[in-house]
Amino acid sequence: MDIFLTYLQVFGCGGLVCLVGQLLINKTKMTSARILVTFLLIGVVLEAVGLFDKIENFAHAGITIPIIGFGSNLVKGAIKGAKIGLLQATTYGLAAVSAGLTCAIFFGFLFALIFKSHSKKM
Amino acid sequence: MRIGKYIYELDNKIYMPYVSSICGTYEAAGNLREFVDNVMEDDLWGCMTHEMAEIKMQKHIISQCLERAKIGESEVDCIIGGDLINQIVPTSYSAREFEIPFLGLYNACSTFGEAMIVGANMLSNHQNRVICVTSSHYATAERQYRFPLELGTQPTPSMQWTVTGAGCVLLDKNPSNSPYIARYVIGRIVDLQCSDANNMGAVMAPAAFDTIYKYFKESGESPDDFDMILTGDLGRFGMDTLHYLLLQADIDVPNLNDCGCLVYSKEQKAVQGGSGAGCSSLVFCEYIYKLFESGDIKRILFVPTGALLSKDSPLQGESIPAIAHAVVIEKQR
Amino acid sequence: MINSKEYAEYVSTHTQKSCEWKTLPIAFVVGGLICCIGQAFADLYTYLLPTWEKADIGALVSMTMIFLGGFFTGLGLYDKLGAVAGAGSIIPITGFANSIVSPAMEFRKEGIIFGTMAKMFVVAGPIIVSGVTSSAIVGIVYYIVGKV
Repeated sequence: MDIFLTYLQVFGCGGLVCLVGQLLINKTKMTSARILVTFLLIGVVLEAVGLFDKIENFAHAGITIPIIGFGSNLVKGAIKGAKIGLLQATTYGLAAVSAGLTCAIFFGFLFALIFKSHSKKM
Repeated sequence: MRIGKYIYELDNKIYMPYVSSICGTYEAAGNLREFVDNVMEDDLWGCMTHEMAEIKMQKHIISQCLERAKIGESEVDCIIGGDLINQIVPTSYSAREFEIPFLGLYNACSTFGEAMIVGANMLSNHQNRVICVTSSHYATAERQYRFPLELGTQPTPSMQWTVTGAGCVLLDKNPSNSPYIARYVIGRIVDLQCSDANNMGAVMAPAAFDTIYKYFKESGESPDDFDMILTGDLGRFGMDTLHYLLLQADIDVPNLNDCGCLVYSKEQKAVQGGSGAGCSSLVFCEYIYKLFESGDIKRILFVPTGALLSKDSPLQGESIPAIAHAVVIEKQR
Repeated sequence: MINSKEYAEYVSTHTQKSCEWKTLPIAFVVGGLICCIGQAFADLYTYLLPTWEKADIGALVSMTMIFLGGFFTGLGLYDKLGAVAGAGSIIPITGFANSIVSPAMEFRKEGIIFGTMAKMFVVAGPIIVSGVTSSAIVGIVYYIVGKV
């Protein structure tokens, strides 16, 4: 029963984040790049003020899978680096998300070689 | 002859004895499915890129038009045309295939009207025959003006769907039993400070209003003198807006129609309707021309509309200027 | 003729708006489901790799989701999902993958170097720039605050 509740929390929180995003799209005609930047910055702020972990304990993947999690990871790395030195404070952020970023670039390149763009039909 | 300040009446009628058009599969499944001339099997049509497919579309219909007219390339004095892509590349490349002089035009979606006006003027001088051609392709326009095709974005409800299609018409000054261009109005740029690139109907409706209003005011005619007032690609919202604007000026136009609304059926999710430089030329060549031939209509006011933006101009904070040219097309009763 | 102020008012009141009752539930459900898939991978990896740290499991999950987002983009399915789901498929990390893979595929026609490689970040560029910049600022602030 526990696991069911966890997934319900994940579903609810993840859905809620996307619902807020959809409201923004409907109301402000934001494009997808702007939506992503906005939510990334929300993640940055949440992590910087230390709220992210509290939310994550409840929402699990419901907050880490949205782009908010990417922003928080960046800041998590930067805060970790800040304890070591000024250089690390600036570089550890990117290091913390390097796995995801490398993966995105690598597969972006690979899939561009394999697949072709399709003309959209609705 | 000049009527008023803006209307020009041609001393010699310019006839359009032959047309040819081509569309994509999505357009061929739309409202005008019974009138389709040529259909591409898919959006690539055996080409490497969508741009090449657009070039092939134009090449195909120009050659077909020459075949139908049973004339050689040397008997056509000029190809006049354009499209939506940067530096009107597809039209230039398709014109490369013919031993015919070429004039490239750009007026966005109203290029077909512009081409007719330029062509009619040339035929009033020394030329005998010209071909007017315009095209647009959903995939080439989308990547240039909006996003990559595979990006998962949601269409806004005010958006229009770029028509995959092309149409060409042969203009001839020798009289024949075919529709002819009688008058034209060159449009003025109208900009009511709309800057939403996803709401082209709202951008272009004031331009169409401006041109139509001038025509009726200066000619003294009324909408009843026409079987149809046909705008280019306003879409459903743009057409409603134009209706509203005309009513404000005490002009009731019950016979208003729009190429963008005609091309797709209600069931197709094309949002507000079609748009693109190929929209008005496709609908004119495959549908309206046949209505002239069957005698269902005798006289129309054809008003292709265009929104003159680039991808960057709205980002730089500019509003979108719009234009609409009017061409009176008639057929002898 | 109508002036631009009146016209803007007419346009904004008469333009068709997004249907809230249709778009919001779909965004909610799709977004929630994608997060659940992420959670399932997280649980699976925790079970398979019990010795790994939580942060590494998290990285592995993002990599998996980015792969899936990219793969479905390549198959031409992600844009169909996006047309229906809207923010539900944009905001999860799979949407980020989609924003990198789709231009990479689209501009492949201009060649590998000047197309795919040069234009890979036309959509995702702002995300990376804003993220890296803001994280560096937060890092420096934390460093200064730590010293004081």
